[in-house]
Amino acid sequence: MSVLVFIDQSEGHIKKSSFEAAAYGAKIAEQSGTTANGIVLGKVNDDLAALGKYGLKTIYHADDDKLNQLDDEVYTAVLAGVVKSSGSNVVVFSNNFNGKAVAPRLSARLQAGLVAGAVALPDITNGFVVKKSVFSGKAFANIEIKTDIKIISLNANAYKAETREGIAAIEKITPEVPVRKVTVKGVEVLKGEVPLAEAEIVVSGGRGLKGPENWGIVTDLAQALGAATACSRPVSDSGWRPHHEHVGQTGLAVAPNLYIAIGISGAIQHLAGVNRSKVIVVINKDPEAPFFKAADYGIIGDAFEVVPKITEAVKKLKG
Amino acid sequence: MKILVCISKTPDTTAKIAFTDNSTKFDENGVQFILNPYDEWYALVRAIELKEKDPSTIIHLIHVGPAENDAIIRKALALGGDEAIRVNTTPADDYSVAAQIAAVAKENQYDLIFTGKETIDYNGASIGGMVAELLGMPYISFATKFELAGTTATVIREIEGGAETDEVALPLVVSCQAGVAEQRIPNMRGIMGARTKPLKVTEPINIEPLTSVKSFELPAPKQGVKMVPADTPEELVRLLHEEAKVI
Repeated sequence: MSVLVFIDQSEGHIKKSSFEAAAYGAKIAEQSGTTANGIVLGKVNDDLAALGKYGLKTIYHADDDKLNQLDDEVYTAVLAGVVKSSGSNVVVFSNNFNGKAVAPRLSARLQAGLVAGAVALPDITNGFVVKKSVFSGKAFANIEIKTDIKIISLNANAYKAETREGIAAIEKITPEVPVRKVTVKGVEVLKGEVPLAEAEIVVSGGRGLKGPENWGIVTDLAQALGAATACSRPVSDSGWRPHHEHVGQTGLAVAPNLYIAIGISGAIQHLAGVNRSKVIVVINKDPEAPFFKAADYGIIGDAFEVVPKITEAVKKLKG
Repeated sequence: MKILVCISKTPDTTAKIAFTDNSTKFDENGVQFILNPYDEWYALVRAIELKEKDPSTIIHLIHVGPAENDAIIRKALALGGDEAIRVNTTPADDYSVAAQIAAVAKENQYDLIFTGKETIDYNGASIGGMVAELLGMPYISFATKFELAGTTATVIREIEGGAETDEVALPLVVSCQAGVAEQRIPNMRGIMGARTKPLKVTEPINIEPLTSVKSFELPAPKQGVKMVPADTPEELVRLLHEEAKVI
């Protein structure tokens, strides 16, 4: 009996969401008096032993170039083998694009119940119940996993990746890797940008900014804060910003520590994608904008005057 | 070419979310239900676009749910599709829904199975991957572009930190999101035609769900907004730093 954490790598680097998943998995192991281990597929440049800091004991590493790129069928086959050989009864994923591609498949393969989008540690006092986000962030559901093997996909920024002393043991594994049916023709990496889904701070612009040429005030503030940029649906629909920046009910749901909405009125569909943010700041010149009702801090004013001043103050603060 | 489009019923995006029966059931009182937007806007419309290019294409819609959901299925048929199949059972969890879909798909031998990227109620994003596994097919999640040449699909999908272009031979399961198709609204001809399209009801296979919902919770209400005057925006930065401690 142990916990197995899927350590996600992209271009050879371990992702922040994996540190959260590792710390979360380690805590579950602690709760149930067992150990947590990690599994890494493909070539990685980062120091895997350092994952011990998050409480993982052993890292199983399938250092095989055929596993460098995500393939849900291939990954599932390899993971299913490792779950069995390691005797794991809880498997933890990050609920990101990669986790969402693989976890459901593994769930069906192992007939293991999956909770996708967990926001808290499981309650194991009576069964195995995991709280997850539902209704696009408007509510939570407590879901019982009834199978022997349990799969949890953890939402970004839902569990703090606390560190401790520790070095993980590395165990190289050489699983049989099935032939991929999907050929990767090309990968376009978003370089230099903070990935929106796992960003701790998000600066988002809406129709109030009047046009794509005015986005400088958004990107400047984002840069000063080390934040990701986002936008409302009308903005991406009008082609002012790319689709992947669209947050809201029908775009990406985000849950950063700080969400700054500039010139966004706050339609209920937009709120659905951002209301799990810890702190929401709304800047809008319309005092009647519904977004103020969902905000923690608000400024009624002209974004073109207010936002550059905020950027300056942030720069001053950060020295 | 035979395409199966999986469609789900969800509360309207503006619906008030509340629960009854000691917080164990979604409160449907006064709630308007819609086709899950991703299933409608992207999965179904892309299938229709493919049929417009190749009229020999056959589109089946599948829905797992009770008879009261027929109205939603007719709405989907008004947009397009040749016939619909409803598996006559109330969904228990994502795995049991996927298993019902896979059972129908096995019999009908589809070349392509489309789903939306997730439903806006349970946000599981799981059905596509589970169906693919149960059918032994490849699965492309979060597609933003889908093109077909003969029996080879070229798909652009969102992955962590970027986008990937994939090439894969059919059969295939794809989950669709914005970019895959242009959202459209049904026309009068479609609405009239939907009434006479076949809606077949099939009985479910026996599946043990892997999970069950114990209860629902609503998030704690916000404390209320603290306003900062527009002429002292630096005060906001101070509050975020010292009070909220988020920067």
